[in-house]
Amino acid sequence: MRRFSAFAIAREATRYHSGWERHWRAPTPKKKYDVIIVGAGGHGLATAWHLGKHYGITNVAIIEKGWLGGGNTGRNTTIIRSNYLQDPSAAIYEKSRSLYETMSQDLNYNVMFSPRGVIMLAQTHHEVRGYQRTAHANALQGVTTEWINPARVKELCPIMNVEGPRYPVLGGLWQARGGTARHDAVAWGYARACSDMGMDVIQQCEVKGVRKSGGKVVGVDTTKGAIDCDKLGMVVAGHASTLAEMAGFRLPMESVALQALVSEPIKPCMDIVVMANTVHGYLSQSDKGEMVIGGGTDGFNNYTQRGSFHHIEETVRALNETFPILSRLKMLRQWGGIVDVTGDRSPILSKTPVEGVFVNCGWGTGGFKAIPGSGFAMAELIAKGGSPLTNEFSMYRFREGKFIDESVAAGVAH
Amino acid sequence: MLIFECPYCGVYADETELQAGGEAHLKRFGPGSDDESFEGYLFMRKNPKGVHLERWRHSFGCGKWFHAARCTMTLEVFGTYSAQTLEPPKALVEKIKAKRPKWSWREFGGAAT
Ligand SMILES: Cc1cc2nc3c(=O)[nH]c(=O)nc-3n(C[C@H](O)[C@H](O)[C@H](O)COP(=O)(O)OP(=O)(O)OC[C@H]3O[C@@H](n4cnc5c(N)ncnc54)[C@H](O)[C@@H]3O)c2cc1C
Ligand SMILES: [Zn+2]
Repeated sequence: MRRFSAFAIAREATRYHSGWERHWRAPTPKKKYDVIIVGAGGHGLATAWHLGKHYGITNVAIIEKGWLGGGNTGRNTTIIRSNYLQDPSAAIYEKSRSLYETMSQDLNYNVMFSPRGVIMLAQTHHEVRGYQRTAHANALQGVTTEWINPARVKELCPIMNVEGPRYPVLGGLWQARGGTARHDAVAWGYARACSDMGMDVIQQCEVKGVRKSGGKVVGVDTTKGAIDCDKLGMVVAGHASTLAEMAGFRLPMESVALQALVSEPIKPCMDIVVMANTVHGYLSQSDKGEMVIGGGTDGFNNYTQRGSFHHIEETVRALNETFPILSRLKMLRQWGGIVDVTGDRSPILSKTPVEGVFVNCGWGTGGFKAIPGSGFAMAELIAKGGSPLTNEFSMYRFREGKFIDESVAAGVAH
Repeated sequence: MLIFECPYCGVYADETELQAGGEAHLKRFGPGSDDESFEGYLFMRKNPKGVHLERWRHSFGCGKWFHAARCTMTLEVFGTYSAQTLEPPKALVEKIKAKRPKWSWREFGGAAT
């Protein structure tokens, strides 16, 4: 792999850009791999990359039914933060946020990580108390966040109407090192680095069955034939129930649609990210100038990648009150993703009833920010059979009543 | 926009008039049951790619809970029926099977298409 650098740009400029290489190979599947990862979203690719980087496991295939990054990884509003309430969440999300800081260097790929700061707005007294509590918890966890007053919110985000009247801003939880990154680039950067390590990223190949022998996984059946493996990582977000069923177990999760939309591009007017959980709206401005808006989830099971239209209306209507400037904007695109929501709104990174099968799912509406941290932890889980970052996220926690209840802190938020 | 016929008041209700209530026909396992059944009752929901039997409430109408058969892959609504029953009516099952011959309900591992 030829590295990207300022020098490489200069070199290519002198020869009509004829020397850029393909970012990854398009291999035909081998008969057998040490580890197969199902799902080439951010989490699957990051898991594979960390397996190679930290454990020298490179005989790995990442199998994707569509195109890599075409699931939720390429559909989200790219908010990155780590200001969670519970200790296990703060640990893995903060690990993840810190890995984003060096991701472009680590992968030699510009993922455009922009730690522009994230405010979670408090627009009800419940939220004020909730976020103040989170700020205290974060202080103990070593996550830098700060409770700020409405005047400071206005200073950070002048286009906001903090006075209400319907949704007055009462303050906010500010994480200065939160921000955004380019979602496609995260998937592409990992895929390129995995391919460079000798791993096979196999696209347009759907896993249709899981083969077992004596309670242990031995391979998968795919649309490109049977492929053997010693270990299998299922990292397929909203499709995890289907994969689990292939392997013969159930997961405590359901799949629902979550939508987002972007406006026509306008001049820079907002250089931070704002999340308004009361009204289920999330807002940032992309480098192209589009206002990126995320909404709420539908209440029913759905695999169509198409959400209910009235949610968009509700989101935009509510955001207009807090951001009056939006009311004159035309919306360009709208889309949906199928998110995987568990009983306690926290992810599952776990061994399963089938030996050799590991599952990573349940990131729901907020797993883009978790990609590098989840990959780091999942690789340790697969390589060593356990990880301090994943122990609390076992799929068996529901039986034991050991929930990681973030719904108070995170709600439907990203 | 999903549209359901409320089996109680007979209104064709838009999704905005309704509230989704998740998987239908759950069997309650309370205190005294084993851990696995209790966990199953509380958290293990069917999450099929295909026809799903679920509960909906006509919140901004007659206020009653009813049941519906809806496909999660196409959003097609096959029908609605009363909540005072432990299983879907035969006619509805036949209607579903006519279109989705492999569909089965409650048989874990059965292809839910
Ligand atoms: C509209 C929207 C906004 C969001 N906003 C944010 C946000 O601001 N911040 C944030 O942190 N998170 C956000 N999220 C959540 C985030 O996008 C996800 O949690 C994250 O991308 C999940 O990554 P993943 O790799 O687990 O899943 P995915 O990227 O969905 O990848 C799973 C892959 O598995 C493949 N697959 C499935 N079944 C099979 C099979 N049988 N065989 C082979 N391959 C298969 C799929 O095709 C898919 O590519 C948002 C999500 C949505 C939908
Ligand atoms: Zn009614």
